[in-house]
Amino acid sequence: MSATTTSTRTTTAAVRRLPVLGLPLRRRPLLVGALLVAACLALAVVALGTGDYPLTPLQVVQAALDPSAGFARTVVLEWRLPRVLAALAFGAALGASGAVFQSLTRNPLGSPDVIGFSTGAYTGALLVLTVGGVSTAFASATGSATGATGGGAATTAGALAGGLLTALAVYALARVRGAVQSYRLVVVGIAATAVLHAANTYLLLRARTEVAMAGAVWGAGSLSTTGWGDLTWALGALVVLVPALVLLAPALRQLELGDDAASAHGVRVERARLALVVVGVALVSVVTASSGPIAFVALAAPQVARLLLRGPGLSLLGSALVGALLLVSADQVSQRLLQGVPVGVVTVVGGGAYLLVLLLVRARRTA
Amino acid sequence: MTGVRRRPAALLALAVLLGASVALSLAVGSRSVALGTVVDVLRHPGGALAATTDGAVVLTQRLPRTVLGLAVGAALGVAGALVQAVTRNPLADPGILGVTAGASFAAAVAVGVLGASATGGGVWAALLGALLASVLVQLVGSSAAGSRGRGSPVQLLLAGLALGAVLAGLTSALRLSDPEAFSALTAWESGVLADRGWSGLVAVAPLLAVGLVVALVLTPALNAIALGDDLAAALGARVWLVRASAVLAVTLLAGGATAAAGPIAFVGLMVPHAVRWMVGPDQRWVVATCAFAAPVLLLLADVLGRVVLRPGEVPAGVVTAALGAPVLVALVRRARVSAP
Repeated sequence: MSATTTSTRTTTAAVRRLPVLGLPLRRRPLLVGALLVAACLALAVVALGTGDYPLTPLQVVQAALDPSAGFARTVVLEWRLPRVLAALAFGAALGASGAVFQSLTRNPLGSPDVIGFSTGAYTGALLVLTVGGVSTAFASATGSATGATGGGAATTAGALAGGLLTALAVYALARVRGAVQSYRLVVVGIAATAVLHAANTYLLLRARTEVAMAGAVWGAGSLSTTGWGDLTWALGALVVLVPALVLLAPALRQLELGDDAASAHGVRVERARLALVVVGVALVSVVTASSGPIAFVALAAPQVARLLLRGPGLSLLGSALVGALLLVSADQVSQRLLQGVPVGVVTVVGGGAYLLVLLLVRARRTA
Repeated sequence: MTGVRRRPAALLALAVLLGASVALSLAVGSRSVALGTVVDVLRHPGGALAATTDGAVVLTQRLPRTVLGLAVGAALGVAGALVQAVTRNPLADPGILGVTAGASFAAAVAVGVLGASATGGGVWAALLGALLASVLVQLVGSSAAGSRGRGSPVQLLLAGLALGAVLAGLTSALRLSDPEAFSALTAWESGVLADRGWSGLVAVAPLLAVGLVVALVLTPALNAIALGDDLAAALGARVWLVRASAVLAVTLLAGGATAAAGPIAFVGLMVPHAVRWMVGPDQRWVVATCAFAAPVLLLLADVLGRVVLRPGEVPAGVVTAALGAPVLVALVRRARVSAP
């Protein structure tokens, strides 16, 4: 299964390489990357300027740069910037994590939201909140108090533990006679998601009402409560994770070629894989701990990036950029068009539709 | 043919289990009622005992709830057996395939947006949603196979997952954007049998009955379908007619069950497997036995949901998911997934 997917990937890439707008292949990633960054920045400025107190893009830039801008500066920097930054950073984290897992499983469906890690991370965070009784963490997660970084640490740790345990369980259960077949991984992941979802419902039902109400909104995946308090915590964690991912990227590239080829190139396969799983789960967990499970960004971003870059493998940076762009746009859709429906709902609908299309296209290709 | 020899013992065990689960469902809950009292109340519904609190609890709450569990369980179990037989896919289940999600989304639109009543227009909308969702999932899931008309088990599962995610997302978007209009629908989210009274059941009972009859009439033809479409056609079965009738029956059963109790997954997955182990692969036996085995599971799940969170309750649909997902893992871990 894995061998055939890799080979079809390389052949389609080889066919597509020649007529790429007359551009030499190497320039394409740079160009696409620059365009993605520009699009992210443009959307961010638009997002900073829209709302109950509208500002033109020029006013946004002025308010951000000029300390004497007064109220406009408060609106842009204190009210809107945390949310936009969160959307950019979390989207990038989800996209990168999706690329890691889709590369590791060599399966476009092997992303953390399909195989249950996001739900597991949410279960871990919920356990810390409802059973562990970390009230400050809850306050920070729901944004009713700012600056409760200690609580943020506890929820993030809970989310990380939940995500890692889920990953371990799913891999162990999907492994039959030493081999993890990708279809089995996906089905086991679906089952794990169902069990964890049931567990989450149970935890919310037995929690105190006010905890449960806020937890349910958080559970839909929302950026609306993101303030500077828990954002600094999440960004701090990402600052640690990104260099780790950069260090591991070459090993990931080698692993895509197969375990044998990778070990022939001097990669210590099991160690590299374990490290990548830990970093990938950690990325998802940080996002989940602070905004709840935001589904399908990790699934879609790497594949969209692959379409744009037309390379043979999955690009971590490209996936991160596309993820950031997707989440900022989804957040704008949820705020402006849908009267504040949580962004997680928007990504579920959009991503689910995308998955349906992906299945149809795949079916056509194999038919 | 080991299943055939197990039949008498299996049916006996099933009858005992069904009786026990009905008794538990009537007696257990936030207020425990002694079994003797339950029997007395049921024998003399107009008597003095019925006027006590225990009697009122049994008659007005536990009894409708138990009958609803029996009807919905039977419908979901039979729907699961049909879906597995028609798609020849051992992992199929109306809940996992998004059929119940389609039903609840359509019902939410009808009740919340168009202002239909939950027992009138809502039921018909649920049926329409179930029909559209099952056809769509079949189209996406089976398009891989082209002429052979049979999708890989995982393809179908993923199509259902994606469709279910989209529909559940849309339902919650509707609900969150206007909480007032949808307050009546919150209980539909995760499959609740409690507090529904008789009206919901009465509204869907005819649909479930028709669905069950169609399913039972279809069973001989399903045995032929199990051999493959070509062989079935050679044996004289009109394959397209059988498939269309099966989709109709699944729509009536799963759509009706969802309209009455909300989306409940995994019952239709687990029960047919257990039943095939008990009575063998003959679809006539499988479908008929599922109608009695599935209510056992659903009632026990409902009772379990009342016990684990006293005095609160966990919805039955949540319990069936927690019980059923490990079965899905076990099925996919088997080296060869046996065809239904």
